[in-house]
Amino acid sequence: MAEIVLDQVTKRYPDGALAVQEVNLEIADGEFIILVGPSGCGKSTTLNMIAGLEDITDGELRIGGQRVNEKAPKDRDIAMVFQSYALYPHMTVKENMAFPLRLAKVDNATVEKKVKEAAEILDLSQHLDRKPSNLSGGQRQRVAMGRAIVRSPKAFLMDEPLSNLDAKLRVQMRTSVSRLQKQLGTTTVYVTHDQTEAMTLGDRVVVMRGGVVQQIGAPQFLYEQPANLFVAGFIGSPSMNFVPATLENGALRSVIGDVALTDRVRQLIEGADAPREVILGIRPEHFEDASLVEPAKLSAGGKFTSQVDVLESMGSDKYAYFNLTGEQAASAELQELAADAGSDDVPGDGISLVTRLSSASSAVEGASADIWFDADKVQLFDPSNGRNLTYTER
Amino acid sequence: MAGIGGAETPAKKWGWGVLNTVVVIYALLPVLWIVSLSFKSSKTLADGNFIPREWSLENYQNIFSTSEFTRALINSIGIAIIATAIAVVFGTMAAYAIARLDFPGKNLLVGVSLLIAMFPQVSLVSPLFEIERSLGLFDTWPGLILPYITFALPLAIYTLSAFFREIPWELEKAAKMDGATPGQAFRRVIAPLAAPGVFTTAILVFIFCWNDFLFAISLTSTEQSRTVPVALSFFTGSSQFEDPAGSIAAAAVVITIPIILFVLFFQRRIVAGLTSGAVKG
Ligand SMILES: Nc1ncnc2c1ncn2[C@@H]1O[C@H](COP(=O)(O)OP(=O)(O)O)[C@@H](O)[C@H]1O
Ligand SMILES: [Mg+2]
Repeated sequence: MAEIVLDQVTKRYPDGALAVQEVNLEIADGEFIILVGPSGCGKSTTLNMIAGLEDITDGELRIGGQRVNEKAPKDRDIAMVFQSYALYPHMTVKENMAFPLRLAKVDNATVEKKVKEAAEILDLSQHLDRKPSNLSGGQRQRVAMGRAIVRSPKAFLMDEPLSNLDAKLRVQMRTSVSRLQKQLGTTTVYVTHDQTEAMTLGDRVVVMRGGVVQQIGAPQFLYEQPANLFVAGFIGSPSMNFVPATLENGALRSVIGDVALTDRVRQLIEGADAPREVILGIRPEHFEDASLVEPAKLSAGGKFTSQVDVLESMGSDKYAYFNLTGEQAASAELQELAADAGSDDVPGDGISLVTRLSSASSAVEGASADIWFDADKVQLFDPSNGRNLTYTER
Repeated sequence: MAGIGGAETPAKKWGWGVLNTVVVIYALLPVLWIVSLSFKSSKTLADGNFIPREWSLENYQNIFSTSEFTRALINSIGIAIIATAIAVVFGTMAAYAIARLDFPGKNLLVGVSLLIAMFPQVSLVSPLFEIERSLGLFDTWPGLILPYITFALPLAIYTLSAFFREIPWELEKAAKMDGATPGQAFRRVIAPLAAPGVFTTAILVFIFCWNDFLFAISLTSTEQSRTVPVALSFFTGSSQFEDPAGSIAAAAVVITIPIILFVLFFQRRIVAGLTSGAVKG
């Protein structure tokens, strides 16, 4: 049990690549923290520095109050679960899990007991004498977890531990990882590029981009108060809609309708020195079929009418997709997000919009629909640097 | 399943069976012929029968009656084992470094070692002869062991580094995280996984040393260090008119036995696909 502190930690690889830049992070004892970001943003490098598998170029790493920069992995008392599981193929499941204990020269009876306990927790008791090659992907993953938990380390590090599983198993394992961590109460650093895992698993989430931490906070906070365009676009699925907009005399003009700024929004951007041209961000759930909105609320939002491109009915809600004419919101952050999602090469003129409407909506694919959005829920971003102009700590 | 492209149909099975039989017969016929010759008595030696009409152990008694052959056998075994051991130990270290580390001149090292392996050995015989004469290594065990290592090492490095490359890097990291020192990680994780490669290499190197004739005949002059392939060529009949073919055949059979034993012994340890299951799959 220990807290982990990263103090201005920087990593420069020998080839000159700056993989991680001045990361400051305080992980409390027992906390479950998620490092998330697109591939290549330095998540694994950060994790490997905590593990001791990569040298720290600059800054200090403290575990339990002690500087450990120079310590070998084996002296840090940290367990790691690898993306590839890295099970020892020549050992049985039991030997794999017992390996860290054997190295620590634990006596036989204790080894037996601990392996048995871990196997029970992870539902591996029937497989103890099998070799990894005879196990399914999910079982291998659990053996890797078992090897990490047997010796009750100070902390767990997990590098995309579920990304090799198929979708259904991943959901199952996600809940069991979460349950296991709560049960053991061990400090855990979990790396993923999957924002669903980030939202559901951790106490706090660290969003990284190009080796730089973008924002640290509870999942819900990141969702509601993203510090910049990158976090806004990365967290949430389906992701936030972005539309270019113009601020003029307390009004916001855009292709999804002109609205007067609400008092809340006006106060927030007053101190933020907002430019005239901004990017308007709004989440799919803040739209509604205009015919279902009470007249009193109707005036507190904007409205547009357009043809429904695609309609997906989920039973509980309907997702309506639109393609509005106009220039797409342009910024470096949005481009990078599109590249990471693999959608940068999808040809698309105009602004695509995802809206979540209630199931009572009468919107029909191919027909025109009146859509309303809540003016109080808009977030405004500065296109030049991606800063969230409506960001507030509370 | 049957009938889908690439599946095994009875006709295909038969085809392969026949082909295999032909290949095996083609490869084994000369061997069987030698075995047959070795059991023939001197009178029936040249009768051309495949199955001896008179079985006799006369040839075997002949070769073991003098020290010429037994001494050569000891030389061969000793020299081959020592050369193999040294080549495999150094080859393992070099191959591990080549597979795992990035150091300046790595590609040059691999290139040069391959160059040595491709160098025509004949052209080295005379210089080696002169060098060994002046160093006093001529006609000694080290005089053969050294050139054998020179030529076996590139082979060992090349084969072993291919094996090391197959072992996932992450296993070593995992061992480190589990609390192993670099030495423990190598001994308990990497070495067991590299074992098939080490044994395969040992077999190849051993066979190379065991079968060498060129160096052995040029760098030895007496029984003291003469190996079996050379001793064989010195066999003569007890009289000028006697055909030594029987003795040569018997000796050839005898020297094949260690190789077969060696291969059988190590083959049990070569479990293909030992690394499967380490990573996802
Ligand atoms: N051994 C290395 N040498 C040089 N550059 C590296 C090395 N490992 C990773 N990098 C670079 O560092 C950056 C971060 O990599 P990584 O931490 O693996 O990203 P992530 O895990 O977030 O996908 C990438 O740009 C990658 O190319
Ligand atoms: Mg990674």
